[in-house]
Amino acid sequence: MTQDRNDYVESVTPPAGYDPRREQCLDFHLAEDLAAMAGSDDKNFILTTVDNLFDWARLSSVWPVTFGLACCAIEMMAASATRYDIDRFGAGAFRATPRQADLMIVSGTVTAKMATRLKRIYEQMPEPKWVVAMGSCAIGGGPYFKYGYHVVKGVDFIVPVDVYIPGCPPRPEVLLDGLMRLQDKIRGRRDDAKPPKWVADYARKIPYVKR
Amino acid sequence: MSETAAGRGWGGQDVRRELHSELLEINMGPQHPATHGVLRLLVRTDGEIVHGVTAHIGYLHRCAEKIAEGCDWRQWMVYTDRFDYLAPINMNFGYAVAVERMLGVKVPERAEHIRVICAELQRIASHLIAIGTFGLDMGAWTPLLYCFREREEILNILERLTGGRMLYNYFDIGGLRFDAYDGFERDVLAFVNIMEQKIPEYDTLLSYNKIFIERTADVGVIDLATCLAYGCTGPVLRGAGVPFDCRKDDPYSIYDRFEFDIPYGEGEQGTVGDCWDRYMVRMREMYESCRIIRQAVDALPGGPVKAEDLKKLVKVPQGSLYTRTESSKGEIGYHVFADGGSKPFRTKVRSPSFSNLHVIEKVGPGMMLSDLVATVGSLDIVLGEIDR
Repeated sequence: MTQDRNDYVESVTPPAGYDPRREQCLDFHLAEDLAAMAGSDDKNFILTTVDNLFDWARLSSVWPVTFGLACCAIEMMAASATRYDIDRFGAGAFRATPRQADLMIVSGTVTAKMATRLKRIYEQMPEPKWVVAMGSCAIGGGPYFKYGYHVVKGVDFIVPVDVYIPGCPPRPEVLLDGLMRLQDKIRGRRDDAKPPKWVADYARKIPYVKR
Repeated sequence: MSETAAGRGWGGQDVRRELHSELLEINMGPQHPATHGVLRLLVRTDGEIVHGVTAHIGYLHRCAEKIAEGCDWRQWMVYTDRFDYLAPINMNFGYAVAVERMLGVKVPERAEHIRVICAELQRIASHLIAIGTFGLDMGAWTPLLYCFREREEILNILERLTGGRMLYNYFDIGGLRFDAYDGFERDVLAFVNIMEQKIPEYDTLLSYNKIFIERTADVGVIDLATCLAYGCTGPVLRGAGVPFDCRKDDPYSIYDRFEFDIPYGEGEQGTVGDCWDRYMVRMREMYESCRIIRQAVDALPGGPVKAEDLKKLVKVPQGSLYTRTESSKGEIGYHVFADGGSKPFRTKVRSPSFSNLHVIEKVGPGMMLSDLVATVGSLDIVLGEIDR
């Protein structure tokens, strides 16, 4: 179970036409197989690794802790409310206690006074756990970067961050996109978490992004 | 505080001393779903009965008043957005009015009308959140979803108008940053028509719900003397039966031209000044806001939206001025000190939530723990504005 998936893939000589990425995209094929099984009376079986199965289960039910800090918390509420409905992605069960949650959405400004509490809440969460830094304040201080003597310049000074969502505040759509990138990460497909090549090419053409 | 609540038995003996028991101190927050942000309430309880509440604040102190000394007069508008992030336009309004009064600038008519329309739309949006989260505190999940449905419509209009979904930075000193889009009036009127039909829906869902009334009527009574002692304003003061509103009693902008009423608590379901009264004041204020919006849209003139005689870098003459306006939470005051330069010397913000919050130290002792949640929810505090 603790075997590294990549080591396994590299140690076996792949057959012709074998794509490791298709192997890893478990949830898609599992859904296909289940649909096929539902229509037949035959006994069927699915071959997969335990790691893949666990990851599939985890990414489909990411439970966030209700941890609203500032302005972004309202957009987090909006994402869980009527129009955006974060429950479609399995992350709608906001838990009031960190002991039942596995995702912390740091939504807002982290101050020096709050930082110790934030760390304690993070430590109370059971493994495996993930952190999303939502908004420019949580990423790097945001508008309070220069003179904010009481503002922590980025939550990654305190806890490890998996996904950064920029914006002041980010729209709920961006939060949903960040959640999907986190699901890619849980699935083990780090390539998909990066932007596609055409996005990078496009961004290079914009003058103020150019380095 | 009742006899038993004070730890006295029927015979008057001190039960707590005989049992060798002591009060239990509970930290409610800073991470707690019913404290509306990062508020920490230190609650001393005897079982379910609250004996003392202390509000610990400062978990969201973002140094905005100090930052004001480092940026020029126009730039600070961005930070006023982030005080009360549920009603940023009302925060902008207060600061804009304060600086304009010091400068002696006349704001164009069109800008004033659009400002009033935006502020009232924002007031409705803020009250919707207040009502929805109050219902959530009482254990009702559905009203929140209804409230967010209408709030998204307001955000649609404001996003199309200003470019921002939640924090707008739309007001400028001497007017607005840019003019409204074509069809702004049509969108606003369409929304107001829908909104006036939706408010009775909330009434059937929440206001006259038996369970809701049982949870809120006669709970957390804040009387007039307490309000005056703690400096409460807004729906808390109006819930105590006083029709005081800065829009009416100390008019700013063009509020003196419109006809509207100030709703106040009358103790319909219980005592004057209980949680239900404060809730109902917000509900009725949404009607009044709709009335103001209709009148403002009807009278919306053409013309410029910026004062023309203002330079890009504003220099405010030496002096100080305290200006108060009515936000959705109460009286938001800006005490601005200028030394004649292009930057504020000092800005002090008088935030309504700060005064409203600390009433719980007075009304908290003696109530049940669940009633404390109801009282805090009915005060409708925003921590960004308390800590700044």
